[in-house]
Amino acid sequence: MVITRKPATLVIGGGIAGIQAALDIADAGYPVYLVEREPSIGGRMAQLDKTFPTLDCSACILTPKMVSAGQHPLIELLTYSEVASVDGQAGAFHVVVRKKPRYVDVEKCTGCGSCAEACRMHGRIVDRFNEGLSRRASIYVPFPQAVPLKYTIDPQACLFLTRGKCGTTFKCKDACPAGAIDFEQKEELVEIEVAAIIVATGFDLIDPRSKPEFGYGVYPNVLTGLEFERLSSASGPTGGKILLDGKEPQDVVFIHCVGSRDPHTGVAHCSRICCMYTAKHAHLVRDKLPDARVTVFYIDMRAFGKGYEEFYDRVKHEGVLYRRGEPSEVYAHGERLVVRAEDSVLRRTVEVEADLVVLATAVVPRADEAAVAELLGLERSSGGFFQEMHPKVRPVESNRPGVFLAGCCQGAKDIPDTVAQAKAAAASAMGILAGIGRSQQV
Amino acid sequence: MRVDDRQLLSELDLFGCIQCGKCTGGCPVSITTPLNIRYLIYETLVGALPEAEHMEELWDCTCCFTCVERCPKDVRPAELIIGIRGQMVESGKIPGTISTALTGIFRQGNPLGFARDDRAAWAEGLDLKPAQEGCDTLLFTCCTSAYDLQAQPAARALVRVLKAAGVDLGHLGTEETCCGNEVRRVGEKAMFEEMLVEEGRALLESVGARRIVTTSPHCFNTLKNEYGLHGIEVRHYTQVLAGLLQEGRLTLSGSLDKTVTYHDPCFLGKQNKVFEEPRAVLRAIPGLNFVEMDRNRERSLCCEGGGGRMWFEGTNTEDRLAFRRVQEAVDTGAEILAVACPFCLAMFSDAVKVKGLEERLKVMDIAELVAQALGG
Repeated sequence: MVITRKPATLVIGGGIAGIQAALDIADAGYPVYLVEREPSIGGRMAQLDKTFPTLDCSACILTPKMVSAGQHPLIELLTYSEVASVDGQAGAFHVVVRKKPRYVDVEKCTGCGSCAEACRMHGRIVDRFNEGLSRRASIYVPFPQAVPLKYTIDPQACLFLTRGKCGTTFKCKDACPAGAIDFEQKEELVEIEVAAIIVATGFDLIDPRSKPEFGYGVYPNVLTGLEFERLSSASGPTGGKILLDGKEPQDVVFIHCVGSRDPHTGVAHCSRICCMYTAKHAHLVRDKLPDARVTVFYIDMRAFGKGYEEFYDRVKHEGVLYRRGEPSEVYAHGERLVVRAEDSVLRRTVEVEADLVVLATAVVPRADEAAVAELLGLERSSGGFFQEMHPKVRPVESNRPGVFLAGCCQGAKDIPDTVAQAKAAAASAMGILAGIGRSQQV
Repeated sequence: MRVDDRQLLSELDLFGCIQCGKCTGGCPVSITTPLNIRYLIYETLVGALPEAEHMEELWDCTCCFTCVERCPKDVRPAELIIGIRGQMVESGKIPGTISTALTGIFRQGNPLGFARDDRAAWAEGLDLKPAQEGCDTLLFTCCTSAYDLQAQPAARALVRVLKAAGVDLGHLGTEETCCGNEVRRVGEKAMFEEMLVEEGRALLESVGARRIVTTSPHCFNTLKNEYGLHGIEVRHYTQVLAGLLQEGRLTLSGSLDKTVTYHDPCFLGKQNKVFEEPRAVLRAIPGLNFVEMDRNRERSLCCEGGGGRMWFEGTNTEDRLAFRRVQEAVDTGAEILAVACPFCLAMFSDAVKVKGLEERLKVMDIAELVAQALGG
């Protein structure tokens, strides 16, 4: 009998789907490479405040999984990395991963943060993790619970990397007690052999500027749902206080279906999560600002998951007003905003004043979904998400044998469905891994 | 009169409506009248439309097409109103003033009922050559530009500007006939298709011009999107002026030291997405200080002049959207409200008078402002 290293799996994407799939496979004894494009794993779920319908703190249920993935002896994290090429077939894929330079030696970096405080650009670079609601330095960790907790220099923001000069001395280098800053670092290509691939590349949200009638980008107090998450999150820019320009909003209006269910602007599907996360947002406003009036404008209420209808009932009992009608426009009235809609139950148009408007924007495929499909040889469905082999009976297999799908890259879904699909993808991948084990024993 | 809802359902795809109300919520005339297009779709679907005589507010619709632009399901709500109007037209149950306008077009080629022989009188002294002699650019004047004393100066200014830029410009003279954009929208489909488009297309194509430039967004819309013209580019004049300025063929050596705001016409902006060219032209005028109203571009508020409303007062004669709009313009601190449409010019000029704002706000066409800045 020849003992070889057990066959490995590549998981692309380090959000909750990728993390869960990686953990399941590694816990079964098979090695996993978990590739994440950003400096930290965690994905969208790391950006969320609470999760519906149980109101668990998102970070509290995600962080332990992130830490497990980071510490697991059989999981090799390849963060700040992207898959460059995939050859071969099920059971024997040859993959090249491009590790982008962090310009920080991760062996030396202790995550102390002295570099970021010293950086000349401190507080001046748009913080994408906070959806642009705050500013960070050119050297950063995306969020305090990042895994790995290692700093990264943003090559688009760093003065030295963009202009070749950063004053007379490197502030970050001088400040780092570990000597971890390394501007000589180069991109690295890592070649790996895997038997199965799980694609868990997640989703984007539409830019609501494609619905100009809502004034997003014109009025600073028109936010997307994800921006509201950061505003409400204890780890966000306001420490979890719902404040706009230092003031608590008195009237908050939520608008459902912004860009989704809207073939007119190119997104035909229902995003599936917006009814429930908006109910959660409405709850958070009632909870944090008991005097604020909260109005949710909806078209159809879709509370189909376990405990969802009950949560919707609860939120209504908390004093959230649901009005049926999709608002048509937002405009200014002095310092405040006006949301104009037809309340179709009243059968009249109404103008509701607001000082915060939150748009439930459509979940859409990643902007580079087509490029990833090309790279991996995957087919896409009409909405642009990756196509499963059969919508009913083969929901996690892609058209390419040995490549499986998990999470929102296959279609909009909530966290429970994402985790379930990730576990299904892991089980399917392990079918291939176990098969190889058997053939080696013969 | 009973409306034949089955016929409407066979012509229009209303079953896809999800009753979200986005159409009614954005409908400008729903601010001042009981028109509810979302409910009208539902009434049509379930066979509960009232008698036509009880739907006078149908004539309030300006066909701004905000509902069509915003409908997530491409139901095209305004087409239902046009469809019902069509049935009313067929049975003669239409407001008298609209009937008069249609008769004017039938007899004299213009809804105002003026003599066809006087159609080119506005251009006297401008040395505007007959297009029939051959020209690069055919100027198509809206009936309002041609006959309305208030709108004529804009048309004259446009000719001066285009000539200053060296454009080889021609005009159809008394042969020019109403484009029919509003004719289709009041429901007179037969007259629009069989008379105006068919004859108009043959006439326009016979000239052999490279492009048509219109004074009105309404003519621009129908000639560009509904006439099926072959080999002729259709442009609104602000697009042509923006191009001439960019190419350096039009230079403005004068100046205009005024604060100016701009109102997006529905048929130019919302419906044809021409938002930037008019602004580029205004910004190119030396000395001009350009300011925006809060509601601009896709959120512009309709002037209420389209869809036949130039010929129909509307069911609410007390309150007009133009009253709000001129106040919005005043609130920006602008001295001039620039327009790019003869209907907008008429509606806002009236509103300024009714609201006693003459001392504070002047309504002027972009062509007039450019002509003032020509200098020399």
